[in-house]
Amino acid sequence: MKVSLKWLQEYIDLDDRDMPVSEICRRLTMAGLETDTVTDPYAWLDTVRVGRISAIHPHPNADRLRVCEVETGEQSYRVVCGAPNVQEGMLSPLALPGTEFPDGKVLEKSVIRGEASEGMLCSEKELELGNRSAGIMELPGHLLPGTGLAAALHLSDATIEIDLTPNRPDCLSLMGVAREIGASVRKKITYPEIPLPRGEKNIHELSSVTIEAPEHCPRYAARLIEGITVKPSPPWLQERMRSVGLRPINNIVDVTNFVMMETGQPLHAFDFDHLEENRIVVRTAGEGETFTTLDGKERSLNPEMLMICDGKKPVAIAGVMGGLNSEIEDSTTRVLIESAYFNPVSIRKTAKKLGLATDASHRFERGADPEGTLRAMDRAAQLMLETGGGTLVQGYIDEHPLKVENTPILLQTAHANRHLGLQLSTEEMADLLLSVEFSVEKEGEDALRVTPPSFRVDVSRPEDLMEEIARLWGYDNIPVTFPAIPSEAVSPAPRVLMRNRVRDIMSSCGFAEVVNYSFIHEQSCNRLGFSENDERRRMLHILNPITEDMSVMRTSLIPGLLENMGKNLSRQNRNLKIYEIGKIFLSKGQESIPDETEMLAALWTGSRTDISWHEKEIPCDFYDLKGAAEGLFRQLGIQADFTALPEEQCTYLRPGYAARISVQGQDAGCIGEIAASVLQTWDLKQTAYIFEADMDKLRPMISHQKESRPLPKYPSVSRDISLIVDKGTEVAALLDSVRNMEEALLEEIILFDVYEGKNIPGGKKSVSFRIVYRSAESTLEDESVTAIHKKISDMLLKKFHAAFPE
Amino acid sequence: MDNIEKIKDDALAELRNASETEEIRALSVRYLGRKGVITQFLRNISGLPAKERPAAGKRANEVKKELDAAFSAAAELLAARKTSGDQGIDVSLPGRTVPRGYLHPLTQVTREICEIFVRMGFDIAEGPEVEKDYYNFEALNIPKDHPARDMQDTFYVSDNIVLRTQTSPMQVRTMEKQPPPVRIISPGKVYRCDSDITHTPMFSQVEGLLVDRNVSFGDLKGTLTAFVHRMFDEDTKLRFRPSFFPFTEPSAEVDIQCIMCRGKGCRVCSHSGWLEILGSGMVHPAVFENVGYDTSRYSGFAFGMGVERIAMLKYSIDDIRKFFDNDLRFLRQF
Repeated sequence: MKVSLKWLQEYIDLDDRDMPVSEICRRLTMAGLETDTVTDPYAWLDTVRVGRISAIHPHPNADRLRVCEVETGEQSYRVVCGAPNVQEGMLSPLALPGTEFPDGKVLEKSVIRGEASEGMLCSEKELELGNRSAGIMELPGHLLPGTGLAAALHLSDATIEIDLTPNRPDCLSLMGVAREIGASVRKKITYPEIPLPRGEKNIHELSSVTIEAPEHCPRYAARLIEGITVKPSPPWLQERMRSVGLRPINNIVDVTNFVMMETGQPLHAFDFDHLEENRIVVRTAGEGETFTTLDGKERSLNPEMLMICDGKKPVAIAGVMGGLNSEIEDSTTRVLIESAYFNPVSIRKTAKKLGLATDASHRFERGADPEGTLRAMDRAAQLMLETGGGTLVQGYIDEHPLKVENTPILLQTAHANRHLGLQLSTEEMADLLLSVEFSVEKEGEDALRVTPPSFRVDVSRPEDLMEEIARLWGYDNIPVTFPAIPSEAVSPAPRVLMRNRVRDIMSSCGFAEVVNYSFIHEQSCNRLGFSENDERRRMLHILNPITEDMSVMRTSLIPGLLENMGKNLSRQNRNLKIYEIGKIFLSKGQESIPDETEMLAALWTGSRTDISWHEKEIPCDFYDLKGAAEGLFRQLGIQADFTALPEEQCTYLRPGYAARISVQGQDAGCIGEIAASVLQTWDLKQTAYIFEADMDKLRPMISHQKESRPLPKYPSVSRDISLIVDKGTEVAALLDSVRNMEEALLEEIILFDVYEGKNIPGGKKSVSFRIVYRSAESTLEDESVTAIHKKISDMLLKKFHAAFPE
Repeated sequence: MDNIEKIKDDALAELRNASETEEIRALSVRYLGRKGVITQFLRNISGLPAKERPAAGKRANEVKKELDAAFSAAAELLAARKTSGDQGIDVSLPGRTVPRGYLHPLTQVTREICEIFVRMGFDIAEGPEVEKDYYNFEALNIPKDHPARDMQDTFYVSDNIVLRTQTSPMQVRTMEKQPPPVRIISPGKVYRCDSDITHTPMFSQVEGLLVDRNVSFGDLKGTLTAFVHRMFDEDTKLRFRPSFFPFTEPSAEVDIQCIMCRGKGCRVCSHSGWLEILGSGMVHPAVFENVGYDTSRYSGFAFGMGVERIAMLKYSIDDIRKFFDNDLRFLRQF
């Protein structure tokens, strides 16, 4: 909402206060009307000077043009001019090159029919200072050439942009804003006087208004003017329009806009002669009805939309936009002024449905002043007669089937003080409320009966009054206090604790945390190769996505990590260890809240460690990432099993290079190398390893138990064993079978070599590990170790068809 | 007696600086030789009072032995190094890098915010990111077809399901479950249909709610002032300014004095000297009525802040989209 300082001063006298614009803005902001920018509407006139035409020469190549010498004190400019009224000695505005006119054109030095022109002498119209366009503007002779035009003509104003909150439709008007300034400086505002002539004939004999939908239209008032002339508005009115960012159109339209800006009441002017049967019917639209609005667009209507109709057909969408069929034209002579109060919800629904937001709908949907209709209508009639002549038709129509009014609110002084942390007296509260035109009666000693003015549609409860009191008293003047802090400590939720722990562990392993949007491309599931019945295909669709790339809620964190990898590779960050913790969303239908599961996913690509003088750059592999995953599980006290992932379940992972992670028999994640097809889809030129785990499944399995055991007293004995086994034998199975023998003396198994190649027969591999034996009771005898060790190797040889190396 | 210790210290100090066998030998002669410092000291012992002489003599002989051992050891070490050709290592070479990971700046700032409130006795409450329209709007006094809905551009899943535009739904969910007193903060991701240099379709919020008997607007000011002072610094000035949120009445925006220019006016604060960082207010009675709290007995306040905004201020980040771009060069700065 834009307001002009000059215009505001029509209603609030600030002459006796030395108040800069910045102070007015500060006061408005601290009253809850946040001011944004302040601009000078005449700023563009900086390069327009008072010029004196010192000589006029004929243009050698054009009869109608002349070449003028124009002085601006120190300098003289040659200007080609075609205006008939140029005279030697005359003062006129001279626009210099660089001037940007309100229509966007920028003046440049030019050559006109072979003669150079270093500026432009301007008409009133070109400078938007009046309607005359026939010749250049003549300035009073006493002005000093060279003076800036704005200073010479005392053109000064400030346009203040206010970010209004939706609860204050009363301030969508100059008077509303003036009222707030008034409350701040403790001054009443001046309402314009509206003396209207008595008028001729009688409106009730010429027209009528019928409201068929009172719920939508509680009030509709109208006045009629005859014999009016439609023409451009006088300069003062045009200036007002421009000062708040509106385009002047003609006197009738400008007056309706002026009154809307002044009072906040949107008005509509109909060409009375275009209204069939010369009457107004307010009704809802019929199913399938269409209507062409002022902007020339055909709109389809529905039965919830309120229409203003004449005796036969719709002429306006109530409170939103008028129709092309009843528009004010240059030939219009009879004008019907509409001033109505429409139901805010009705207008909002219509405007939303049509995707049509106008200055009028903006105000009606927030709530116009139900008692402001008549004043606004009279003000418009007054100004139309003033700017367009004509005769007022006597009387007015005021159909008012439903009363909308504010009811009194009881305010307990003590309650308000307790709620705000203040200690004001009842009288002080009353004074504050009176300053914004609330009516206040004392109710006993310690309470007030307060009725808000009709334009304050946002006030209906005691708390609303408390806010008025607080903001008028000044939020900054409320003393700072502290709530009592409870003695019992709260322990953070397990979810929060776990997430923080996992983050700390992952980051300590060298991973950088990323945060991706929760939306992904609809095709992501296909791209990741999820099978038809994969639950991750249960995608929740967003009805109004920002782009197609972000049209469904993610069912996997993987697409995000792959995007991150691609972006980083393109920026030469080739070694990447990243992870994300975030939710995935599995749809249960568009009408329900989806299942939200917290996931962890990590990606490792490029080298194992950054290149350095210590070692060559080694590419990372499956076991690097697996080591990180194992470390994470170990730190969380979770026993996780890694088993080969069957090919049909590999989805985005490379078959044969992927493992399932299960915890206590439950599927809790997976790990592996990315499938070539997926790398290709995401256009990734190097391979990467991914690890994914379900945080919600892991959470209950975290073990917080830590128990101290006595340290061993006796030395251990180690025996190494090497076996040749089939290449396909899983080493974990081999080691597990040793562990499963549950030999009491077996303390630890350390795998130290897995080898295939030279000296090993084809299709075989050698596996070497160390077994550590120890007894808690005594130093072990060689024989007892040998016996156990033999038992173990015999078992292995038999079970795995193994052999000792030759 | 007092200078025998000094003789010892001086001798050891000189030994530390000696890097050649010759130097050590010279030191040995100078301190321990027949005309050496210690021999000299022993000779002068007769000048001491009779009572002190035995102790002084004993100590001097001890020092003589200690120094002798030190000199021999140093000489041996030097000799050993010489014969092996050991030049030592180049200690200026960089050490092996220990992997270092990074927490996302939003994680770090969210943690910092939460820790401050947890220390004030607030509990952390989390909830669904895809919400019922009821919890996100209606229960918070934002009916359908209310202009306040324009304040937040909402992503819709269906007529009744939305991506939460704020974490306030958790306030309602918490109050539905437990009677007062309530003290919670809800951190989390929120979504709005908006994308430019200062808006991303997803961002993070931390919201708070405190309900108890006799909670006042002054308490709200006190709590948020304490928070700002801990989050920024004790000298940060605050300004509470009237505003509008459908679920609070009175409502207040909290501005802090611009931390870049200290209120003088700069580009970051649009030359106003102030930065808007928190929305807040006393809980609207309609919200309490929706969860069945007795408004005559209880009052409360609520507040909310954007984590990105605070992180941008703290770390001088100029474009909110950087948080979700996940460029390693950016992440490694935190």
